Amino acid sequence: MVDITCSKNTVTAKLKGEIDHHNAPDIRRSIDSKCESFRPKTLVLDFSGVSFMDSSGIGLIMGRYRQISYLGGKLEVVNVPDMLKRIISLSGIERLGVLK
Amino acid sequence: MNVTNQMKLSFISKSANESFARAVVSAFLLPTDPTVSDIADIKTAVSEAVTNCIVHAYPHTDGTIYIDMKIVDNKRVIIKVRDKGVGISDIKKAMEPLYTTSSDERAGLGFAVMQSFCDKVKVRSVVGKGTAVTLEKIISKV
Ligand SMILES: Nc1ncnc2c1ncn2[C@@H]1O[C@H](COP(=O)(O)OP(=O)(O)O)[C@@H](O)[C@H]1O
Ligand SMILES: [Mg+2]
Repeated sequence: MVDITCSKNTVTAKLKGEIDHHNAPDIRRSIDSKCESFRPKTLVLDFSGVSFMDSSGIGLIMGRYRQISYLGGKLEVVNVPDMLKRIISLSGIERLGVLK
Repeated sequence: MNVTNQMKLSFISKSANESFARAVVSAFLLPTDPTVSDIADIKTAVSEAVTNCIVHAYPHTDGTIYIDMKIVDNKRVIIKVRDKGVGISDIKKAMEPLYTTSSDERAGLGFAVMQSFCDKVKVRSVVGKGTAVTLEKIISKV
C-alpha cells in the first residue's frame, strides 16, 4: 500500500494500488509515524503507483499537508497519473502549491 | 426505455466491501464496451456512495447496503445505492462541496465527485429511515 524511504531531510512515501476509506487510515499511520520520528524538511507523496483513488485520497493529502506543516516541513505531491488529475483538480489542492 | 441488463446486490457495511462494490459494478458494466475513463468515473462515484453508507448512514453499527444497477438501451447506466441508516436532514447542505459532518479526514467532496463524474445524481432521504443515491451516466463506447 505504501513504501516509505528516508534520505537527506526527505521522507518519500510511494503509494501503491487503490486508495479508499478502507485503507487510507493504515497509509496515514505509516506516513505520520515516520514523519514524527524523522522530522523531514520535505514529505514527498509519490502517486505513480496509484491505480484508483476516491475523495478519501484527497483527505489523505490534506491531512498530510496539515501534519507536515505542523512539524515545520513542506509537502510535495508528485507523479499524479492522468487518471487522477480530475479528482485532484476538483479538490482545489492545486492552490496549496504542493503539486510538482 | 429498454432494460438491457439488471442486477441487485446487498452486503454489510464493512469498509472492506468498498473495493468489492467497485469490482462488481465495473464487471457488470464491461459488456457495454465502456471506455477506461468511464469505468474509472463510475467506480469512483460508486465508491463515494458506498463509503457514505458505511461512514455516515451506519456510524456505529453494521447495516445493509443495497445496490440496484440497470443498463438501459445498452448505453445508459443507472445505479441506485441505498441504505436504511440515519438519513440526511438537509440534503442541499450535505451536497455542498467541502461540507462534512465527520472529523475523520473526510474531505467533504463525496457528492461533488459523484456529480462531476456522473451525468445525473439524485438523492432521496428520510431521517431515521435511510438514504437512496441514484447515479446515472451515458456510457461512451470504445
Ligand atoms: N448515506 C448517507 N447517510 C447519512 N448521511 C449522509 C449519507 N451520505 C452523505 N451524508 C452526509 O452528507 C455529508 C457530505 O457527504 P460527502 O460529500 O460524501 O462528504 P464526506 O463523506 O467527506 O463527509 C456527510 O458528511 C454526511 O453528513
Ligand atoms: Mg463521502
